[in-house]
Amino acid sequence: MQERLKELQAEAIQKVEQSASLKELNDIRVAYLGKKGPITEVLRGMGKLSAEERPVMGALANEVREAIAVKIEAKQADLEEAAVQAKLASETIDVTLPGRPVKVGNHHPLTKIIEEIEDLFIGMGYEVAEGPEVEQDYYNFEALNLPKGHPARDMQDSFYITEEILLRTHTSPVQARTMEKHEGKGPIKIICPGKVYRRDNDDATHSHQFMQIEGLVVGENIRMSDLKGTLEVFAKKMFGEDREIRLRPSFFPFTEPSVEMDISCKMCGGHGCNVCKQTGWIEILGAGMVHPNVLEMAGYDSKKYNGFAFGMGPERIAMLKYGIDDIRHFYTNDVRFLKQFAVEE
Amino acid sequence: MFVSYKWLQDYIDLTGVSASELAEKITKSGIEVEGVEILNEGIKGVVVGHVLEREQHPNADKLNKCLVDIGAEEPVQIICGAPNVDKGQKVAVATVGAKLPGNFKIKKAKLRGEESNGMICSLQELGMEGKIVPKEYVEGIFVFPADAEVGTNALALLNRDDEVLELGLTPNRSDCLSMLGVAYEVAAILGREVKLPETSLEPSNEKASDYVKVVVEAREDNPLYVAKIIKNVKIAPSPLWMQTRLMSAGIRPHNNVVDITNYILLEYGQPLHAFDYDRLGSKEILVRRAQDGEKFTTLDDVERTLTSDHLVITNGTEPVALAGVMGGANSEVTEDTTTVLLEAAYFNGQTVRKASKDHGLRSEASARFEKGVDPNRVRIAGERAAYLMAKYAGGKVLEGAAEVDTLTVEPAVVSITLEKINRVLGTELEMSQVKEIFDRLQFEASVDGNTITVTAPTRRGDIRIEEDLVEEVARLFGYDNIPMTLPVGSSTPGKLSAYQKKRRIVRQYLEGAGLYQAVTYSLTSEDKAAQYALEKREAIRLAMPMSEDRSVLRLSILPQLLEVVKYNSARQNDSLAVYETGNVFLANGADALPDEKEHMAAAITGLWTNHSWQGEKKPVDFFVLKGILEGLFAKLGITEKVDYVQAQVDGLHPGRTAEIKLNGSVIGFIGQVHPSVQKDLDLKDTYVFELSLKAILEEETEDLHYVAIPRFPSITRDIALVANKETVSGALKNIILEAGAPLLKEAQVFDLYEGDKMEEGKKSIAFSLKYADPERTLTDEEVTKVHEKVLSALEEKSGAVLRG
Repeated sequence: MQERLKELQAEAIQKVEQSASLKELNDIRVAYLGKKGPITEVLRGMGKLSAEERPVMGALANEVREAIAVKIEAKQADLEEAAVQAKLASETIDVTLPGRPVKVGNHHPLTKIIEEIEDLFIGMGYEVAEGPEVEQDYYNFEALNLPKGHPARDMQDSFYITEEILLRTHTSPVQARTMEKHEGKGPIKIICPGKVYRRDNDDATHSHQFMQIEGLVVGENIRMSDLKGTLEVFAKKMFGEDREIRLRPSFFPFTEPSVEMDISCKMCGGHGCNVCKQTGWIEILGAGMVHPNVLEMAGYDSKKYNGFAFGMGPERIAMLKYGIDDIRHFYTNDVRFLKQFAVEE
Repeated sequence: MFVSYKWLQDYIDLTGVSASELAEKITKSGIEVEGVEILNEGIKGVVVGHVLEREQHPNADKLNKCLVDIGAEEPVQIICGAPNVDKGQKVAVATVGAKLPGNFKIKKAKLRGEESNGMICSLQELGMEGKIVPKEYVEGIFVFPADAEVGTNALALLNRDDEVLELGLTPNRSDCLSMLGVAYEVAAILGREVKLPETSLEPSNEKASDYVKVVVEAREDNPLYVAKIIKNVKIAPSPLWMQTRLMSAGIRPHNNVVDITNYILLEYGQPLHAFDYDRLGSKEILVRRAQDGEKFTTLDDVERTLTSDHLVITNGTEPVALAGVMGGANSEVTEDTTTVLLEAAYFNGQTVRKASKDHGLRSEASARFEKGVDPNRVRIAGERAAYLMAKYAGGKVLEGAAEVDTLTVEPAVVSITLEKINRVLGTELEMSQVKEIFDRLQFEASVDGNTITVTAPTRRGDIRIEEDLVEEVARLFGYDNIPMTLPVGSSTPGKLSAYQKKRRIVRQYLEGAGLYQAVTYSLTSEDKAAQYALEKREAIRLAMPMSEDRSVLRLSILPQLLEVVKYNSARQNDSLAVYETGNVFLANGADALPDEKEHMAAAITGLWTNHSWQGEKKPVDFFVLKGILEGLFAKLGITEKVDYVQAQVDGLHPGRTAEIKLNGSVIGFIGQVHPSVQKDLDLKDTYVFELSLKAILEEETEDLHYVAIPRFPSITRDIALVANKETVSGALKNIILEAGAPLLKEAQVFDLYEGDKMEEGKKSIAFSLKYADPERTLTDEEVTKVHEKVLSALEEKSGAVLRG
């Protein structure tokens, strides 16, 4: 009997080891450990044994059962694990295939530049002021110290609708309107972005419609050194800390003294190249101290108040910053152009 | 203004300051030097040669065989193609080994069998522009005066060993339209003296006033007219140095008398005119306005019709010059001229501008009058010209001048305190520094305590007010030396307005939804302007458009956006989604500014979904675009206020268009572009919307309030209805929600069937209804009761019944 049990154990374990599937393993479990299995059968013959042998044999039978069960369990875990592995292996995907595209558009490059400049000045306490694109001659010219008959006011250069109404040629009328609204009181700190129009033939460097951003600060103690400091902050943030800036005296009817600002050429590092016309400098904006006539016309006491103003062209800035060679790209809206400005720097 | 570095040294010592250093200094103190041209750059080995022999080339009709003395031991043979080369001439010879512009090297050569040892040069070959070369030498080589020394550097003789500074002058600095003006500027920058030119004249016993009488009728236009008479002139080429100086400044030499007037124009900034006295036909100069329709032939042989806006110089009856613009053919100086009437005058800038513009005659002279000449330099400029005519044209200058002078010249006297200068600039200058700057400028300045009083010379007409003095101080002190600070005082919060903030949200949302931002032109054509206009008003037309395509202001954005779609579709980008925000312009009558309304438009076309390797492709449709709008309205918190109403809009598909209403008013539309328009523009199915951005951004967004998350489960009942085909889902939904309130929380379409299994004129539409109560769990009976109510309302109000 004892031998029979040992035989059964060896036989069952061998079968377990050879089994290749969970089903086969289950069949083995039923066959050997089930109520109709050979071990039960053997135990039934225990009645013939002596009282001393019976517990010994009983214990042995349980040992055999246990050994088979343990083996089955281990094998089952192995088979299950293998099944999981096989399933996972069959589920392998090509991770280099492209993902499901999410449709995303982006800002027009001019909007990108304008918002960048807006944010920079908002950080310095400026508000964003807007005004009409179709303007009265008064705000576009006269209030800015460009009286009738001034050479800069040629009909040839502006899109007039009537004698008194035209498409604004700069965003400065917004400054005049803002000052008027403040009724002779300070402080004012605004920047004015927007579309402007001039009678130019469209070519690689001219556009009859373009953008401008102007800034205006009016207060009781505004100095030219403040203008210089403000422009320095702007230039370094916009074009990089490593760029040199240079201010040159210039002339605009609405400022006195007037300034033009150059930044050192990025292409050649200031040694001179085609981009900077061998000068090492690139002109980037015009500025100056607000002309007393402009202050007075807007209702400010120019003895008490003064201010500074500056203006620049987002197209020019974008062209320099991104290396764009033709201003018409901004208005053609070729999507192959537009999508190049998706990256947020 | 072109400024010759060599010529400038006639008036100021430039020792120790190179041309490029000077350029840098001038730029930094206020006048931008746009370039410095080195005239002899890339040229060497050009000498003066003497043509000893010239004969026809034996094998070529158009070539000459010349024997030229170039100062070497032996004369050399040179083959020359110029038609004007001849024996005895002194010419410019590029010798063997010489270099000419364009990296052109001269080598020994054989031309049609004859040896050539160099090249006889035209001025163009030496790098000069044809338009400044004297007329007689344009088609051939240049011939030096007979006294040119053989073998010497020809470029030096031509004053090409010079550098020319190109000044970019702003309108306020017309004083620097003259060499003397530039000299004063440089003197101030360098702190050096200005040397004035020689003007002294031999006395004469004849008086100019015996030869001519001057009458000025139009005194406002011409407050000062000075006429000098120079007799016995001999017309000839002017001296070479004068010709070369004119050429460096961009002016073509003619003859001694004309060249001298141009030379003075450059030297003093004062335009002069020389008349042939004998051709005037009278002893009178009468300055008056022209008569309307009066005819006059200018010296370019063009007959011009004048108006009473134009000022003319006449001989008492006939015009002889268009004042300040151009002389007349009838009185022009010719080879035979012996007596010159020299005009030095002050003409009103605006009068000259009007005439030069009307006749398209902008010249060096008119430009200077337009900007205003120095009233105190008119006479001295005339005298200097007379001096030069005596010296270089053999003339005899008569005593005095015939003149009319009603010009009052008051120099500007301006006072300013030191405190004001420092307050505006943010500097800490001392009065002595300020005084020194005005001394350098040669402005008369006196200091009284803290105040400095400055008398600006008349050449600097731009100095009128305190701020002008501040600018002079700033630029000569150096902008570089002004400190850098930031504004102090009461601070202002920097921020965007609510409108601006929301506009940014709209842009970001649309871009996040897959649309690219476009920016198009506001000016468009008459027929495009009104297409897709939300509000029909007459388009605003420019007074002087540059082209029909850009002649009126847009009333809508969509036409331009469709052009963008068309442009891209034609370039293999036929799946596209773009939007634009911008103003449209609505007229308010001729005298008032238009209403500018900010609109937003979008266009989508081609495939919306294209997951290539998964094989999922879905074209755009109405509901893609509508979904984008709905998301936007949800973001702005106005979903509940918006309705879509089936509508007809010109240019859109009649069955696939909705008006968008906000609080019951139409603010825009959404739909498919009409197939016939799509065909015209060569577009695939394209869906668009345009609406008033202003309307949706100005709609107040309600404050956010938290609503408790339901603690009790909801009950969902699905219903499939048979409804009339024309009954829209929105109407059914409204009936359901109204009848099911308050327990019914949501009703959503989840199926739509309009196929042929349905009875004619019917469709099947299924809704999913969600019932809930925030306070408790609903019972089946309660829901059924409400549900029955919903069903009967549907049947009663729309005839829709449960599908059997």
